[in-house]
This record gives sequence, C-alpha cells and structure tokens, in this order.
Amino acid sequence: MKTIEVSEITRVITDLCVKACTVLNADMIEAFKTGLKKEESSVGKAVFEQLLKNAEIAETDGIPICQDTGFTVVFLEVGQEVALTGGSLKDAVNEGVRRAYVDGYLRKSVIKNPLTNPVNTKDNTPAIIHTDIVPGDKLKIKIFPKGGGAENVSRIKMLTPADGIKGVKEFVIDTVKNAGANPCPPIIVGVGMGGTFDYVAYLAKKSLLRKIGERNPDEKLAKLEVEWLEEVNKLGIGPGGLGGRITAMDLFIEEFPRHMASFPAAVNIQCSAARCKSAIL
Amino acid sequence: MSEPIRIEAPLTDDVVKKLKIGTEVLLSGVIYTARDTAHQRFVDMLAAGKPLPFDLKGSIIFYVGPSPAKPGKVIGAAGPTTSYRMDPFAPTLMKNGLKGMIGKGQRNKGVIDAMKEHVCVYFGATGGAAALIAKSIVEAQVIAFEELGAEAVTKLRVKDMPLIVANDCYGGDLYAEGCKKWARP
Repeated sequence: MKTIEVSEITRVITDLCVKACTVLNADMIEAFKTGLKKEESSVGKAVFEQLLKNAEIAETDGIPICQDTGFTVVFLEVGQEVALTGGSLKDAVNEGVRRAYVDGYLRKSVIKNPLTNPVNTKDNTPAIIHTDIVPGDKLKIKIFPKGGGAENVSRIKMLTPADGIKGVKEFVIDTVKNAGANPCPPIIVGVGMGGTFDYVAYLAKKSLLRKIGERNPDEKLAKLEVEWLEEVNKLGIGPGGLGGRITAMDLFIEEFPRHMASFPAAVNIQCSAARCKSAIL
Repeated sequence: MSEPIRIEAPLTDDVVKKLKIGTEVLLSGVIYTARDTAHQRFVDMLAAGKPLPFDLKGSIIFYVGPSPAKPGKVIGAAGPTTSYRMDPFAPTLMKNGLKGMIGKGQRNKGVIDAMKEHVCVYFGATGGAAALIAKSIVEAQVIAFEELGAEAVTKLRVKDMPLIVANDCYGGDLYAEGCKKWARP
C-alpha cells in the first residue's frame, strides 16, 4: 500500500494547470511547424506562423497561450493500492484548480448555475473530474483545460447500426464542416464510437489526450483515423478558417462495445490550443 | 500577400470603404471590448434611451474576454472569441454608429446585410494567438460592468494589432470565399 497526502495532489494540480495554459506541448509545436511546411494557402501559412510566435511569447512571458483558459477537465487514474490521506480527493483537486486560476492569472470562465443564477464562480471551480480505479500503486493525473469555442461545435448523435461506417463518417465530416472557422482551426478531431449516450462523449474527449500522430493500437481504427483526417482536410476550411489545406492536424478514434440496438457517436473538437499536462505520483 | 495597411480607430466611412476582404491591416488607436453579456446590456440601454459607456460613433468593438494582467503588465492574453454569439446584437449597434468589429468566425446574413447598409467592417483575428495579439495592446482600462470580470467593457489603446478583413461593406465574406477556394471533392 502506498500513501499519498491529498495536499500533494493539490500542489501538482496547480502546477499542471498553470503549465498547461502557458506552455504548449512539443508535439503541438511540431504539428504547427509541419503545418507551416505543408499548407499551400498563404493566409493559412501566416496563421501557422502566428501560432508558433504566440506559443513562444506565451512561454517566455508566462502568460496563457489563449485567453480562454478553459473549463478544467481532470483525468485521474487511481491505483487500487493507493491510500489517500488528509482529506477529500475531490476537494484537493478543486483546491489545486482554484490556486492555479486565482494565483496564476488564468481566466475564470465557470458560471455557477447555467440558467437560474449565471454568476462566475470566480476561481474556475468546480473542475470536471473523471476518476478511474486501476490496478497498481500509482496515481496518474492529466489536466486538460477545454476552451468554450471548440466545445460549442462538438456533437453527439445516436445513429442506428444500419448507418454503418458511411453514417459515422458523414456525421464526423458534417460536424467539422458545420463548425467551420468557429473552433479556431487547425483543429484536432476526437471521435467516440459505442457505449451509451453519456459514455460516447467521454470516449471522444479521452481520445484528445493522445499526442499528435499517435494512432489507435487497433489497426482498423488506425486506418480509419488516417482516412477520415484526409476527408476532413478536403473541406478547405483551413487555418483560422480563412481557407486552406490543413483544417485538422489529427483525428483520433476511441471505441467501446455498444448495445445491439444502438450506435452512439460523438465528435469532440479541439482548438489549436490543445493543452494537456500530466504527472504520476 | 501584399503588405498590411495601417489604419486608425475610430473609423470613418471613407476608410471602411477602402477595406476589402483579404486585406491585412495593422490597427492602432482606441477600441473597446465587449462580449455576450455586455452586448445584451448595450442593446437594452439603447432601447431604454440610455447612453452607452462609450461613444459608438465610428467605434470598433473587439469580442474578447482577456485573462487577468500579471503585476506590471497592461493585460493578460487577449485573443478573439467566436463572433456569432454577438450576431443578434450587432445590427442594432451598427445602426447606432458602430463601424468595426473584431472577432473570429463567420457572421450571419443579418450582420452582413447590416454591414452593407451601415458601412461597417469585420476584422478576423487569429483565434488562439492571444499572447501575440496582447503584445499590440498598450493601455487597458475597465470603463463599465466591472462586476462581469473578464466580460467587463474595457477601453484599449492598441498599436499595430494584426488583423485581416473578413467581411467588408460590400457583402464580401473571406471565410466563405476561402473555404470555397480550397475545398476539394
């Protein structure tokens, strides 16, 4: 049995949130550089140049890559041989988020009651926390601040099994097409297939935690990822939505068994500020 | 692409008429921030015959909710938010003197028509380039709705803010044109 103080989790979460919002991961920088080389539209090239310069300024000055520092989504993998002491795990996570957003000069974007009392919670809490209990004695933490613009154009559809591969593909392409310039392209497309109405959205979100270029280990899905990315990039939306070859930098698929009567599909769009930072305790 | 042209806010009809889609501009002068809630309030104030927190005549509104400024800094990160959420309000503001908007993403037909009628321009800024855009902001002062936090109305003095004309006063739409030009079957 391994013991972890929840105050340690708070400390790590604060650190990860600030880093996620201000320092873009190396795979994203590489994707921008590749994009700059491959893009044929001059306006599109200029957007990639701006994004590269932006990432450099953000890191040097310690300010956010994007002013929308997101709703903080936290993925926890808790080993079943880990004992958490010193308080509640959920409170510790939220305290970590609170400190990052208040003391780290990040934007607070969370509204308390969506309809009945739409006031800002002023510390970006509560976080969305996905907890998975797994074998082992480690605690894995992933922080994924998710901006509003790309969430707004994400979609879920309950297809029928008869819709098949053609139906899912059409849904994915249509979702990206309808999103147009709004989610800050070049985007990353996260696709979930299977499970239930709620679970499929989680799958789509989880797929976005992958690094650019990281294919699904399942060969058939990996092939679909490459094919559908190519289709998406025929849309012409381009960087900044101003027209170009590169609308999406990657497309990820995650699947789960489905009910024989259902075919849930979800598309979670990620903007060019794809921010994910992780730690293992 | 041709060299960007320098323009000054507030805008006049003559300047707006020179701006065509795809033109890159470097904007300097005084502009104002406003997004969802502020737009609702502006339109309500106009309907009630009350004055707005700033003079709309010739003005440019930047759709942005910046991150907080670090000590000693003018502003935090300040990139555009998605503009379509302001579409229901923009025509009323144009009717009352608004000349320019800065944001990202396509506008609806109502906005494009109102831009033609009232001689107005819509600039696209690069979404996600918030640290870079913030570099062009030299002064920032909250002038209204402070309680809204990031959504408060802020007067900004900008110097060479990098923008592109996304919709002009002739009905041109760079988002639609660009996508059409690069789409493949």
